[in-house]
Amino acid sequence: MKLDIRMPMGVMFVLVGVILTVFGLATYSDAALYQKSLGLNINLIWGLVLAVIGAVMVILARRAMQRSTDPDSKSTTVS
Amino acid sequence: MRIELHTIDYVILCVYFVFVLGIGWALKRYIKTGGDFFLAGRSIPAWIAGLAFISANLGAQEVIGMSASGAKYGIMTCHFYWVGAIPAMAFVGIFMMPFYYGSRARSVPEYLKLRYDEKTRGFNAISFAVMTVFSSGISMYALAKLFEILLGWNFHFSVFISGVIVLAYIFLGGLTSAIYNEVLQFFLIVLGFLPLVLLGLKDVGGWQALIHRLNDVSVSKGFAPGTFTHSWAYTGSAAANPMGVEWFGVVFGLGFVLSFGYWCTDFLVVQRAMAANSMSAARRTPLIAAIPKMVFPALVILPGLIAISMHYQTNGGFLPMEHGEPNYNMAMPAMLGRYYPAGMLGLGLTALMASFMSGMAGNVTAFNTVWTYDIYQSYIKPGQSDQHYLRVGHATTVVGIILSVACAYAATRFNNILDFLQLVFAFVNAPLFATFMLGMFWRRATGHAAFFGLLSGTMTAAIHHGLTIPAGATAGIHGGWLGSIIHTYPSDMAQNFWTAIFAWTVCFVATILISLMTRRNKTDDELKGLVYSLTPRIKDPDVPWYKQPATLGLIVVAAAVVLNIIFW
Repeated sequence: MKLDIRMPMGVMFVLVGVILTVFGLATYSDAALYQKSLGLNINLIWGLVLAVIGAVMVILARRAMQRSTDPDSKSTTVS
Repeated sequence: MRIELHTIDYVILCVYFVFVLGIGWALKRYIKTGGDFFLAGRSIPAWIAGLAFISANLGAQEVIGMSASGAKYGIMTCHFYWVGAIPAMAFVGIFMMPFYYGSRARSVPEYLKLRYDEKTRGFNAISFAVMTVFSSGISMYALAKLFEILLGWNFHFSVFISGVIVLAYIFLGGLTSAIYNEVLQFFLIVLGFLPLVLLGLKDVGGWQALIHRLNDVSVSKGFAPGTFTHSWAYTGSAAANPMGVEWFGVVFGLGFVLSFGYWCTDFLVVQRAMAANSMSAARRTPLIAAIPKMVFPALVILPGLIAISMHYQTNGGFLPMEHGEPNYNMAMPAMLGRYYPAGMLGLGLTALMASFMSGMAGNVTAFNTVWTYDIYQSYIKPGQSDQHYLRVGHATTVVGIILSVACAYAATRFNNILDFLQLVFAFVNAPLFATFMLGMFWRRATGHAAFFGLLSGTMTAAIHHGLTIPAGATAGIHGGWLGSIIHTYPSDMAQNFWTAIFAWTVCFVATILISLMTRRNKTDDELKGLVYSLTPRIKDPDVPWYKQPATLGLIVVAAAVVLNIIFW
């Protein structure tokens, strides 16, 4: 694969996740804002979820990259 | 209805734009030949092709249309997935992909040329090109209209920004860029809408409470209590369910003709599988796609169900009204505005934007290939260098977007986008599957038969539509435009299903009859690899059993059957 899509995709989700998490923390005591989401700080919760999912994508992409550049490796590239 | 956006929401939208364009930019240096631009160099792994396959199908009709349908018709909307998609997706992967991929055809119309003749290809290429531009324009129109109502964005600005971004990333990276971005859009759509469903369900009081409330909705619409929560139980007669369709129309019209016509012959989706890096990957592409497709109702139909139950519970305070009934197309946007605070709202709108863009880009890349290879190279300027066609591909991207913009401005008159798209598919796609089925499984089918069969099928669709009308509609775009009306259907959905059934049957019978009357134009030798009985069976001893297309196909079909039973 020329470009592992998991890399840019993972970075994007980490970035969006971090933005939402930070925003969620900054608005932590803003009860009026979270009235819509039934009192849940959905920005904080979902921001963390996105960041974790993004990080997993990045890790998978890096592992695949290492495997394909490592000449001793017997395993084939991801299919 | 108006949603207020904050800086944080715009930041998230901009992050998305930057990454979409960045992916196009990063792929630019790999685009050296026509094959790279139009076919993604046939280098895409199965899971990427599979997610792109499903994402390209996620046009305007899916997120907005399916949630609208969910709100309007209830769980019966799931027929578009468990009957109208999964069986056909399994079929295209197991039985048809060997011919598409194995023949090395670069497009679906090109397969028709190899199998039948030039005129059949020409007919399909031209009708398909028109349809893709149209679909892309509808996506663009729907996006701009929605963002105008919802966010107060200028209509022209939305058309401009979506057009320019899709143009840029396809121009830079061709099909690869479209496919990669479709994967990104797929994850964005799932992750952007999932919390909405969870919040909505929590607000309603859980699944059981939702069913209870939907029963009230059914009753107040004048149907039996379970009509909104059962997919098959009330399809004995068209009058008993809100969709106004009976089981035969669903099974044969939607499940067989429309569904197989779309998934098995529409180059928009087939192109993703053709770009896969091996025969085995190409065959697994639609099967991998079937897995998320199966659970998509939870993401797109469920919000519609929640919206309509909230609408009735709040005495009409949830969905905006239009002509005295709820504007169902606003089901998803209303949910976004109701449950997402600033921040998540940005993510939700970005997901909405992504769903429109993936549909547009899918159409534009399919249009590029068909126009350049099947029309330009075949009829306008054959025999040029690969670099020449690559340049034409780039130019076509620009022209395709301009035509889409023109269509976006032309399309203004429809309430339910879905009904309209189904109508277009019925005219063009419904007869097509008969042509492919006979072509792939009957070596006796001839070129003349295919062409005139297709023509008669398409004509039948138009005539049937012109002579019938759904109840309560006035003659015109909804049918009855031929002057006399010989039949009135209970709903436009039923009319669409039956238009498809008639078109398919006429094409099927006409193709067989004409084949028997004309001489074969292709020898057995020429048809090798194009017709089932003349192609050696594929044996993949290297592929483990759980990755075999037949195994995967059985699993997805069995799962779809189980879902149908659960929501019977």
